Amino acid sequence: MHHVTLDRWSRLASPLHALDARVKILAALAIVVSLVLPQRPSPWLLATYLGMLTALAALARLPMLAWFWRAAWVLPFAAGVSALNFFGGDPARGAFVLAKSYLSACCLLWLLGTTSLHALLRGLESLGAPRFLLMVAQFLYRYLFVLSEQAQHMRQARHCRAGSGRRQPLFQAATGAVAVLFARSYDRAERIHQAMLARGFQGHFVLLTPPLLGARDYAFLAAVSAALAALQLALWNL
Amino acid sequence: MEPLIRVSGLSYRYDDGAQALDGVDFTLFAGETVALFGPNGSGKTTFLLHLVGLLHNGGDIQVCGVPVDKTNLAFVRRKVGILFQDSDDQLFMPTVFDDVAFGPLNLGLTVEEVERRVGCCLSLVGMEAAAGRAPYHLSAGEKRRVALAGVLAMEPEILVLDEPATFLDPPGRAALLELLRPLRQAKIIVTHDVELAQELATRAVFFSRGKIVASGSVEQIVERFGWAGSRRCPAGAAGLTG
Repeated sequence: MHHVTLDRWSRLASPLHALDARVKILAALAIVVSLVLPQRPSPWLLATYLGMLTALAALARLPMLAWFWRAAWVLPFAAGVSALNFFGGDPARGAFVLAKSYLSACCLLWLLGTTSLHALLRGLESLGAPRFLLMVAQFLYRYLFVLSEQAQHMRQARHCRAGSGRRQPLFQAATGAVAVLFARSYDRAERIHQAMLARGFQGHFVLLTPPLLGARDYAFLAAVSAALAALQLALWNL
Repeated sequence: MEPLIRVSGLSYRYDDGAQALDGVDFTLFAGETVALFGPNGSGKTTFLLHLVGLLHNGGDIQVCGVPVDKTNLAFVRRKVGILFQDSDDQLFMPTVFDDVAFGPLNLGLTVEEVERRVGCCLSLVGMEAAAGRAPYHLSAGEKRRVALAGVLAMEPEILVLDEPATFLDPPGRAALLELLRPLRQAKIIVTHDVELAQELATRAVFFSRGKIVASGSVEQIVERFGWAGSRRCPAGAAGLTG
């Protein structure tokens, strides 16, 4: 199998992986909201959030170094907003923007690392997210693997027949390959739609009712809520 | 005996002007397995798509005595299950369980019945352990088996299989044969695989340029077109006009 294993972490086994997706979505949302609300969070508060997220990632048995590193991918995007604050004479605020962005990315990565995309989309649907948007995301994710395999095969075929390493023919071949890939994707989309219709699809997905939340789910949500409430109280008393 | 499928005078022309089907007459009776032979582009897949109402144009098609038209599509698609050539087209749900449950849920069945059908069909194709896996993690043979389970979960009376052995290695092909042989449904199998047709089919027809130009037993078709000893009929055998 040649495709990128985007969901590798979500297939690990841990007590947090076993929790209901809805609970984890709500917990992640609560953490991010409580993190971004304070205008000027103190460094110790940010350190506490980092500690809490690290504990969650450790409980989920995520590879810690990779988790820290991947979360840092958000920093170049946050750097622009942060730079405005730096050059606007408020370097502390700029640093907080960077720190909040990084911690938020850590939190979302924890959510994605402990929940399969399928469960995540189901959870979001149960929580009232637009169904059409989720359906598009589901199809995009499903066929990303098929498309990337096709692209790899085309690239291999091009390399097999590439006599020279000159850039111009390679560029032309790449643009041609993209066009072919687009045409094939369009054809595939039609065939998928036909396959759906053949099994009775009538324009909307009929889904099984999600299971009820269990005691562990409620306990986890209560623990996260209590920790966040305590942090906010501590912040008020400062 | 009333045929399960009766097709008369079926014609179809694609938007680019290509005549894909040209006056096809065909019948399928209960218990039959019919192999559809013919070169690439001879109209076999176009013909199959008409049987489930995915394409429609000139001609008359009846499934279980009911005409295939817009008002009867739900009934027709419950009666005719189609296995597409590329399983990736058919496995679009995030998990194997969800994919097999897709059809039964669209039929409006109860949760218990959906779960029963999914369990039975996955067990039948030997994939019950893969229920929670994502389709893109399966091998070609496993995908084909799951796709077949998805079709069987609709409990159709007629199975339509478009080149079911494509992309399969010899063990996968042998496993598929073992799966298909005991199924009670009447079957229409588009194939270039002569051995597969000899194993499964009770009758064969040969398509050429949108027409059925020959009909008979698999052996008669093989002999008539000189494929004796070949494992596969020549896919590009255009120009064969019975």
